Amino acid sequence: MRFIRRRVGPGDVPRTIGRRELRGAARTWWRGLRLPLERGWLWRSASLIGLAAVWEIAARLAGSNMLPTPVVVLAAVYRYTRSGQLPLELGITLARVVAAFVVAMTVGTVIGFMMGRSRKLNLLLDGPLVLALNIPALVIIILCYLWLGLTEVAVIVAVALNKIPVVVVTTREGTRAVDSRLLAVAQVYHVPRTVTFYRVILPQLYPYLIASARNGLALIWKIVLVAELLGRSNGVGFELSVFFQFFDITSIMAYTLAFAAVVMAIEACVMRPLEKSLLRWRG
Amino acid sequence: MKGLNIHVIEKRFDDVLVLADIDVTITGGEFVAIVGPSGVGKTTLLSMVAGLDADYTGAIRYDGVPLAEPGQSPHGLGMVFQEPRLMPWLTVGDNVRLAEAERLARDRGYVSRAESLLDEVGLRTSGNAWPSHLSGGMQRRAALARAFVVEPWLLLMDEPFVSLDLPAANQLRGLLRRLCARVRPLVLFVTHDVNEALVLADRILFLGDTPARVVLDYRVEQTGSHDLSSPEVAALSRRLLARHQQLLSAVTGADVDEGRRGKEGL
Repeated sequence: MRFIRRRVGPGDVPRTIGRRELRGAARTWWRGLRLPLERGWLWRSASLIGLAAVWEIAARLAGSNMLPTPVVVLAAVYRYTRSGQLPLELGITLARVVAAFVVAMTVGTVIGFMMGRSRKLNLLLDGPLVLALNIPALVIIILCYLWLGLTEVAVIVAVALNKIPVVVVTTREGTRAVDSRLLAVAQVYHVPRTVTFYRVILPQLYPYLIASARNGLALIWKIVLVAELLGRSNGVGFELSVFFQFFDITSIMAYTLAFAAVVMAIEACVMRPLEKSLLRWRG
Repeated sequence: MKGLNIHVIEKRFDDVLVLADIDVTITGGEFVAIVGPSGVGKTTLLSMVAGLDADYTGAIRYDGVPLAEPGQSPHGLGMVFQEPRLMPWLTVGDNVRLAEAERLARDRGYVSRAESLLDEVGLRTSGNAWPSHLSGGMQRRAALARAFVVEPWLLLMDEPFVSLDLPAANQLRGLLRRLCARVRPLVLFVTHDVNEALVLADRILFLGDTPARVVLDYRVEQTGSHDLSSPEVAALSRRLLARHQQLLSAVTGADVDEGRRGKEGL
């Protein structure tokens, strides 16, 4: 990660200097030390701090151990992190999320692309696709556990199966929207098939792939927790089920908060930079 | 039969007959303009030659040999579309190199000519820019560079300078003439503007009627002027229209008016 201002790329046009820059120019000593924060981070964090404030006020008003204050929850996060329990369970769940995510994105993108390109395949698979979209996540999880046993494979298959239809629909939409006029350019110049795919077709799919990746991350970690609760003896979902039995609301919130923070970090450090670099030509 | 022979028996769009009984032969190195009112089927004809539209009866041959496999584009083809059609996610240089991808994959020793072509069209410093950061005229220059980087023997152009202001269009026409003088391709240039055709072409095919056919095959005398609004071109245009008035008013009614307006403007 680079801790300096982003490099000037070929597409960057010089902006006229505004008043803010002029004011900042007087004290530029810290400019080289800027964190890799994108524009708008102030507003993003402001909304989160506001949320925490609302939570704090609500917890104080309630004055009940049914709603612990943010400080109490953060203390619990610290305690569990010190004991090593939280990082371990978090890591296990995260590994499942990543595995299911990779499988779902790969399979879903390939099927969606083929359905978008071939009318026959689309007619053939459209029925099963609608069916798959409408099967409740819980049913898929239970069936996978029954058929594949209470195993790691069952979790990943179950979660991936829940996400694949969504990826297929998005990718199919993107493939249908591929501009035939640009494909004509590739045909006229006899651009080889692989080059056509990577330089003409794929860039048109990026917005769709990024959209389904972002939705996917959010959806998958929720489903992984359910799957863990139902049939695993480790991971965040399992821990939550234990806390549930002891009415340990502080711990439940501590785990949730920690995992949500991890997912937000992935979003901020992987997804958004990826989106930016893939779609930088739009700038 | 020598040269490029375009023989269209019938071309239909959903049972509507668009083109019929077209049979023209063009010899190598000729610059042929195809003129006709909008919607007459000029672009369709060009798509058929380019191999982008194979749904017709007839044959397009060169020296008696089919120009390309059905559904494929002929090799050594350059094409400039009505819009520049650059990939917005590729830099200008990569857009030009895209046309060379086939050559680069086939021939290890091939060295990209993109740089020198960009230089030739006046985009030497824009090779790393995104197309969206270029003006309309510059985007069209890039499209020209992409078409000429393959050193085409056949160049198809579909109203490439439409919607540009007159000075920019004049500049680009000059550039096109220079590039053609060097590479000497056979050109099919679609336009709805008689004056543009007179300035550029050696020969003009007027398309008209429904279904469209070639109503006049006209060989252009040299005008000596490359300026669309010059009196020589206007005079030539007037003479042509006077001589073939009945024929042409049916074909290019709108353009006669445009020509007159342009004259008043001078």
